[in-house]
Amino acid sequence: MRRLGWLNVPLWLTYAFLYTPILVLVVMSFNASKTPYTWTGFSLRWYGELASDDLIRQGFINTMIVAVGATVVATALGTLLAIGINRYFRSAWLEAYSLTPAIIPDLALAIGLLAFFALVGVTLGLHTVLLAHVVFGMAFVAAVVLARLGHTDPSLEEASRDLGAGPVSTFLRITVPSLMPAIVAGALLVFTLSLDEFVIAFFTDGPATPTLPIVIYSMVRFGVTPEINALAALLLLVSFTVVISAQRLTRFTDSI
Amino acid sequence: MTDLRPPILRLTGLSKRFGETVALDDVSLDIAQNEFFALLGPSGCGKTTLLRSIAGFEDPDTGEMAMPSDTGDINLATLPPERRPINLMFQSYALFPHMSVERNVAYGLERERLPKTEVRQRVGQVLETVGLTGKAKARPAQLSGGQRQRVALARAIVKRPRMLLLDEPLSALDRKVRAEMQLELKRLQHEVGITFVVVTHDQEEAMSMADRIAVMSNGRVEQVDSPIDLYERPRTIFVADFIGSSNAFEGTLTGRGVHVAGLGDLPGHRPWPVATDDSTLIVRPEDIRLTAPQDSLLDGTVLDIQFFGGSSTLAVSVDQHPAPVLVTTHGAAPVSRGDRVHLSWAPERAVVLGRTA
Repeated sequence: MRRLGWLNVPLWLTYAFLYTPILVLVVMSFNASKTPYTWTGFSLRWYGELASDDLIRQGFINTMIVAVGATVVATALGTLLAIGINRYFRSAWLEAYSLTPAIIPDLALAIGLLAFFALVGVTLGLHTVLLAHVVFGMAFVAAVVLARLGHTDPSLEEASRDLGAGPVSTFLRITVPSLMPAIVAGALLVFTLSLDEFVIAFFTDGPATPTLPIVIYSMVRFGVTPEINALAALLLLVSFTVVISAQRLTRFTDSI
Repeated sequence: MTDLRPPILRLTGLSKRFGETVALDDVSLDIAQNEFFALLGPSGCGKTTLLRSIAGFEDPDTGEMAMPSDTGDINLATLPPERRPINLMFQSYALFPHMSVERNVAYGLERERLPKTEVRQRVGQVLETVGLTGKAKARPAQLSGGQRQRVALARAIVKRPRMLLLDEPLSALDRKVRAEMQLELKRLQHEVGITFVVVTHDQEEAMSMADRIAVMSNGRVEQVDSPIDLYERPRTIFVADFIGSSNAFEGTLTGRGVHVAGLGDLPGHRPWPVATDDSTLIVRPEDIRLTAPQDSLLDGTVLDIQFFGGSSTLAVSVDQHPAPVLVTTHGAAPVSRGDRVHLSWAPERAVVLGRTA
């Protein structure tokens, strides 16, 4: 590789700009002081308070229900959507249309979904948040799986049929396994997006079941407490773990 | 001779269009038991569509595909691909990337719900046949092109199909491996006793491997014959032109050959009936001799000489004839560029064909 020379300077400045806030946040989450901006000593106190905070615990459970549920549903539907588009509709227009929910502004999607739920008379709650997350999650999964389908040899399925497998058996034994890296990557993407999604959840959630981002938002309105730092650090840990394992997994399944 | 063997597959009047394109145009063929059959033609001639129709991945618009058997004919059109007693080796090989070599080969047998011990034994056997026993646990991505082709072949023949279809089996291999695999395919076909149908655009490949060849063009079968007959007695100008190189002289039919304006009477024989007055005389370069002036049929000037070691090819410019006449001689040519030469051939080595045939 070529040496960067003086270009190292802007490189490291960019890294500093990106990661200093995160670093500060993680360090401050171990601060003993009650005010979030002055360091007085190391303590795990805020992590303890976090665990005993009912509102946050309930918010975390709600978020996990939405994230896991939306991931499962969006992955299944998104994969089928991608296969359907790839196999039956070779139309760029339809493809673009299916991927729209992933790129339109959250606010537009949120208001649209809220209007839709009101129209059909559904009471708002976790189930509506879950459905809303499925809408954009599905588009992300479909985008990732479609990209993979572009590189997949279409004769694989024909070979399976030729060797005596029926259509269902071929789908389960050949189609799904050969798309697995993309399916897993898509699922993890949906999970991490859903985990900290605020705008859409804020609009489509009922008052009794706030998700974690909504809980945090209502806490921060009265000022940032060190507890929030601890919570953010934990969320960061979850996101990093998921993304890194996703990358590892994709590379692993690609190499086999 | 080959026609006396019982047919294993009888195709009658197959036609298929894709929109405006005619992929198959009234194709009728008999493929005999245990023969090595080749479908040969330029790309877009319909050979792959024909192969995919037999395998079950295309539905012909009209026509019948029947496999005669002891219990009456099997009508292939009524069976989905997975139920046909035929296997296809794909051009891309289509090995399952998420399975080892062993699991790829076992896949077809497992779908037949055979007992595990039998599957293991047959997989072991077939891997030995193709010489890949040591690679049983490898993934397709870890194999060379030639090895992948062997896996694809093993995966197809382990099912013991009545017929094996091979779609451009050697096109993905480099030259040296290709020559090896040609011999290997012939050996395997002998050894396993399965009827092979190979699709190829490479005439040398077809000539060297096949017992019989069907030459296709624009969705139609031009001629079905043994390689030698195809070469020596082409039925149409397309076949003469596609198989090997040839010199063509267009003119009108005479009793002894063809009369060509400006060149005079050129002698030839008629292996097939010629219905039209317009006709073409075909002579292979190796059938033309350099001769003394008094025996000359054509006179010309040497334009170019290519020396290939065992033989040389002369390009001779003949007055009043648009294309240079190609002449192949043994060893080095006894003439040099610019020399005046006299050409002749034995009438039985030249073929007269109808222009519209």
